[in-house]
Amino acid sequence: MKIEVKNLSKAYGAFHALRDVTVEVPPGELVALLGPSGSGKTTLLRIIAGLEAADSGSVLYQNDDVTERSARERNVGFVFQHYALFSHLSIYENIAFGLRVRKWKNDAVEKRVRELLKLIQLEGLEKRHPSQLSGGQRQRVALARALAPQPQVLLLDEPFGALDAKVRQELRSWLRKLHDEQHITSVFVTHDQEEAFEVADRVVVMNHGRVQQVGSPDEIFAHPANDFVMDFLGGVNVFHGRVENGRAMLGDFVIPYPEYSEGSPLPATGYIRTHELDIDRTPHGEGSIEARVLRINRTGASVKLGLSAQERDVTAELDHQRYSELRLNVNDTVYLFPRQVRIFVDEKQGSANGALNGSSKNGA
Amino acid sequence: MSDNIATLDAVHAPIADPPVVRVTRLRGAVGSDTAGNAAVGNAAAVGVAVDGAAEATPGSATADPVASGLSLGGTTSTEKTKKSRANTEPLLVRWILTLIALAFLGLFLVVPVAIVFVEAFKKGTEVYLASVREPDALAAIKLTLLTTAIAVPLNTLFGLAAAWGIAKFRFRGKSFLITLIDLPFAVSPVIAGLIFVLLFGARGFLGPLLEARDWKIIFAVPGIVLATTFVTFPFVARELIAFMQAQGTEEEEAAIVLGATGWQTFFRITLPNIKWGLLYGIILCNARAMGEFGAVSVVSGHIRGLTNTIPLQVEILYNEYQFAAAFAVSSLLTILALVTLVIKKLVERKTHQQLKAGQVAAHE
Repeated sequence: MKIEVKNLSKAYGAFHALRDVTVEVPPGELVALLGPSGSGKTTLLRIIAGLEAADSGSVLYQNDDVTERSARERNVGFVFQHYALFSHLSIYENIAFGLRVRKWKNDAVEKRVRELLKLIQLEGLEKRHPSQLSGGQRQRVALARALAPQPQVLLLDEPFGALDAKVRQELRSWLRKLHDEQHITSVFVTHDQEEAFEVADRVVVMNHGRVQQVGSPDEIFAHPANDFVMDFLGGVNVFHGRVENGRAMLGDFVIPYPEYSEGSPLPATGYIRTHELDIDRTPHGEGSIEARVLRINRTGASVKLGLSAQERDVTAELDHQRYSELRLNVNDTVYLFPRQVRIFVDEKQGSANGALNGSSKNGA
Repeated sequence: MSDNIATLDAVHAPIADPPVVRVTRLRGAVGSDTAGNAAVGNAAAVGVAVDGAAEATPGSATADPVASGLSLGGTTSTEKTKKSRANTEPLLVRWILTLIALAFLGLFLVVPVAIVFVEAFKKGTEVYLASVREPDALAAIKLTLLTTAIAVPLNTLFGLAAAWGIAKFRFRGKSFLITLIDLPFAVSPVIAGLIFVLLFGARGFLGPLLEARDWKIIFAVPGIVLATTFVTFPFVARELIAFMQAQGTEEEEAAIVLGATGWQTFFRITLPNIKWGLLYGIILCNARAMGEFGAVSVVSGHIRGLTNTIPLQVEILYNEYQFAAAFAVSSLLTILALVTLVIKKLVERKTHQQLKAGQVAAHE
């Protein structure tokens, strides 16, 4: 079932949680709402569920306007960050709750609950109470409980936020697998970009109550719409500087920027991803800057270098092979070559045309 | 952190760094434990094993566990003895403090309660039973029970509704409502009684209206019930507001999203969750309703056999120098108070456990 959200706004007093948000979730897709805390992602999810009322705008399920309908009538499955399991009921009765209030017959309830217990791999634990389960098990029960009445839509509010890293990883892939089998239209909220990119078909990046970018993980990673998205995805070096006369001056990097050839400088920010920064022992060509190696961390899949380029901290990532070739040591002098620089010009402070904003440029 | 950032000479064993640390930790622990046993003594040795291994770098832990262990062990053991001395008073002071506390408790709590029973049985069991069975006393007991039977359920219902509204919803004037609920605690019971006299009395605000219909409220049972209800009004509400606020609204939201109606949510989720808090509130409310003197005294008119509750009956008997009878009737209230305390203690233990379990469930 398709979910559409049109021009939603919501304010809590002076705080604007959502400002004119329009999002479409195609049927059967798994969509992530990604953003920092306070970006309005949870509010949006709760309005889609009917747990919160919007100040203006509408929510449509398959072209059916449900804005005025209560959460009870919307037939959605909702998974809470802290599980919200019924602490006085057994696991069995927790999962059965949605069926009991719908007056299902006892044997039908039994059949459905057994089915779901099998799905979440907790058969045999149905007599336990929530306090006797681990965090990961509880969240699986919460998911089974949400799925039991066969909802048209599954909404998850930071479903893995309260779990430790390993369990979170397991549940993530499990959720993806589950979605591939059941194809229920799903929306989940997360502040973890890695989680969003790994699990979702489509990601909605939010900040300050506004949608910043919508797209597949690949699209968003390859073409961040603005400086917020670029920054939020992480793993970047940020250089503040300016553009003028067809060049971008970002600290010590000078990069051709033909899109802006006028003489009056405009403030600009350049982003260089840590893995898009080459390192060599000798300077060659233009656009390289000298740096000193401060730290070397070889514990991950790649080697992370902490560098100092004329009083500025820069991080670079190399693969282990390149690292061995260079035979780098702490305090060595090296030269940095950015393979790709994304430049966002702040048009608000300058007078230039807006077309410059968000363009990306291959440097060096 | 510093383990991960390697220097030049450590290039050979980079990726295996963390496991290596763990292994040396174990070795360090075992080594220093045995060494410590020999040198310092058992209590300090345990501290040495943990501290020494955690503090030491991988190299030094294996090479020199005894030296680093011993010095650390020395400091911990002296600190321990200092601490234990700092926490204890000299024996004499301890005894004096304990005696003062016991004397105070005895004088102000145990002796008065004992006196009630001693005085009640002073003239023998016969007199005691006769005083309790006397028609006026029986009427007082009946009236007290009747008043309690009306006031407590009323306040329970009200308290549930108010607490539900305050804890589960956001609305304007909420803090004002909470303050209003506290009003009967702030107002002296005598004033509370007077309010009703001024409102319903013969010369009161609504007096003529009531007289025209021949309804008696003041100096009659309805007035006593009203005054008692007013005075005991905050007990259940206050208890439940705190309890419900601590539990939050997530379980209710989960129930509603699962399709439960308001009543289903209340009876299946909310009520089971608050039952111990509710019972605690009812017990407190009940104790106060039975024992209330001031407010009831003002509105009752002290008509023997008609508008006398137990506390009023005690006062009358005492004023008439019927000490044995006064204490016999008092003993009934005292027994009630003791029973209430025992139940309260049991319920307190239960509520504490439940709240704790709930919090653990929410935060794990």
